[in-house]
Amino acid sequence: MPDVTYDGQTVSVNDEGFFTDSAAWTEQMAPQIAKAEGIDHLTGRHWQVIRFMRHEYQAKGTGPTVRVLGKTSGVPVKELYQLFPKGPAKVAAKIAGIPKPRGCI
Amino acid sequence: MVLGGGTGGTIAANRLRRTYGSGEAEIVVVDADDEHVYQPGLLFVPFGLADPGRLVRPRHRQLRPGISFREAGIDRVDLPADQVHLDDGTALGYDVLVIATGARLLPEETEGLTGPGWMDSVFTFYTPDGAAALRGALERFSGGRLVVNVVDMPVKCPVAPLEFCFLADRYFRRRGIRDRVQLSYVTPLDGAFTKPVCNRELSGLLTQRGIELVTEFNTGTVQGRGDGAGGPRLVSYDDREVPFDLAVVVPLHGGAAYVDRSPGLGDDLGFIPVDRHTLQATAKPNIFAIGDATDVPTSKAGSVAHFEGETVTSSIRAYLDGLPVTGDFDGHTNCFIETGGGKALLVDFNYDTEPLPGHYPARLGLPLLRESRLNHLGKLAFQQLYWHSLLPGRDLPGISAAMPLRGKTGLPDARVNGKTTRPGGKEAAGHSQAS
Repeated sequence: MPDVTYDGQTVSVNDEGFFTDSAAWTEQMAPQIAKAEGIDHLTGRHWQVIRFMRHEYQAKGTGPTVRVLGKTSGVPVKELYQLFPKGPAKVAAKIAGIPKPRGCI
Repeated sequence: MVLGGGTGGTIAANRLRRTYGSGEAEIVVVDADDEHVYQPGLLFVPFGLADPGRLVRPRHRQLRPGISFREAGIDRVDLPADQVHLDDGTALGYDVLVIATGARLLPEETEGLTGPGWMDSVFTFYTPDGAAALRGALERFSGGRLVVNVVDMPVKCPVAPLEFCFLADRYFRRRGIRDRVQLSYVTPLDGAFTKPVCNRELSGLLTQRGIELVTEFNTGTVQGRGDGAGGPRLVSYDDREVPFDLAVVVPLHGGAAYVDRSPGLGDDLGFIPVDRHTLQATAKPNIFAIGDATDVPTSKAGSVAHFEGETVTSSIRAYLDGLPVTGDFDGHTNCFIETGGGKALLVDFNYDTEPLPGHYPARLGLPLLRESRLNHLGKLAFQQLYWHSLLPGRDLPGISAAMPLRGKTGLPDARVNGKTTRPGGKEAAGHSQAS
C-alpha cells in the first residue's frame, strides 16, 4: 500500500488513493487532496459535502452514494456534479479521508 | 405478520407454517393485491418469448393452508406499538414482523423519464405493462439506435439489463435487421457488471455481439422527444449525451412507500437495515426482513430470497424461543444469465467469494461462467421449480443455502478445504461501486 504525504504527515492510502485509516485525516489535508483531484479551491458547499460524508461514514460505516447524497446532504445531485465533476461520491470520499463508498451489487 | 406476498414473503410464510403448528402461531400475509408475478419471466416478454398473462398467479394460492391472506395496502408500521396500520384504517398487532415488500420502481425520480416519450420511445421491461408495451415497440422498430440504460444501483436482478441486450441482439439478427440497429448498454458502473470476474466475461460477450458499452454514466435527464437542442437522448449529470431512437430504461429503485412513512424502519432509500447474517432488523429485535426489501450487500434476486428463507425462519425461531439469534446467511446468490440463441451463463457467489469458474452445485453440475445450452434449459425449467418447490419453501435437492465450493476452480488456498464458505468477519463485503 502506498504512502503519501499531506500537510507534512505521512498517511497510507489504497491503490485508488483512498485513506486506509480515516482517523489519520485532518481538515488541513483536504485542500491538498482536492488539488490532486483537480479542485483548486474548496468552497463552503464543498465543505458541507465533505463533513456530511465523514458524519455518514462514522454513523453507518460506509460513505453515501451520489443518490443518497442528493437526497440527504442538502446539496442537489446536479450541484454535486458541479462541485465534484469527476464523480461526487468517489471524489468527496477521497477528499474526506474515508473509504470508497460501497455501492450496491 | 408478513408484509408482502411475493417471493420472499411467500417463502418465509410457508417455511414458518411448517415450523409452527396451528396452535403455536398465527400467520398472516398482507399485500396490496393478489397478483404474484414471476418476475424473471418479464425479460422474455418484449421478444415475444413469454406471455405476460402466464407469468401471474394468485398470491393467496401460493400460501400453505393455515396462513391467512389479507389484501390491503399498508399505511405504516408503528414500531413502538408493534402494530401495522393498513390503508383501510385497521391496525393489526404482531409479535414478529417480516418485511418482504421488495423494491419499488421510482421512474418519476428521474427528470423527464415519465414525461413526453414515455411508453412511446422510452420503456421499461420491469413491469408487466411496460414489458408488453415494449414488445409492440420492438416489433415496429426497423432500425436506429436502441439504448439500454440502468439509471442507478441498486436494481432488481442486476444482470437482467445485460440479458436484455443479448436477447435484443439475437432478436434483430433473427429479423434480419441487426446491421441497421445500433445497440448500446449505458451503465453508472465502471464496467458491465458489479463483480470483476463477471465483468471480464460479460464485457467480452458485449464486444463479440457488437454492443457498445458506455460506463460511469449517471443519467440526470431522459429527453424522450426531440427539442431545440437535439433529438431524443439521455443526458448525464456531467452533461454527456447518448442519443437514441428507442430507450429501455431501468428506473431507480427504492423500498416500499410505507417504509418511508414508518419512522426508524428503513434507510434513506427505504430498504430495511438488517444484520447480514441473521436478517434481523437493526431497528427492533422482533422485526426481520427478506428478499429485495433488505439492505444486505448482495444482488436483489429471487435466488437470494430463496437462500434467505432458511435463515429468516431459524432467526425468528431463536428469537421467539428467547435464544441468541445467530444466523449464518452468507450472501449466496446465483443467477442464470441468458446470452441469447438458446444459451445462458450461470454465476454463483456470496458476500466473500467472487463468481468462480467450474460447475454448480458440484463437479458434474451446470457449467459456471461459461455459455451453455444446459444453463438456458436450467433457466427455463426454473419457472416450474419456482411455483412448485421454491415458493412452498421446500429445500431443493442438492441446492444448499450456503454457497458450495465443491465444483469450483481457482479458489483461494484458504478456502479449498471447507466444503462451503462460512460467513466472514465484519469487513464490508462486495465489490465497491460508486461514482
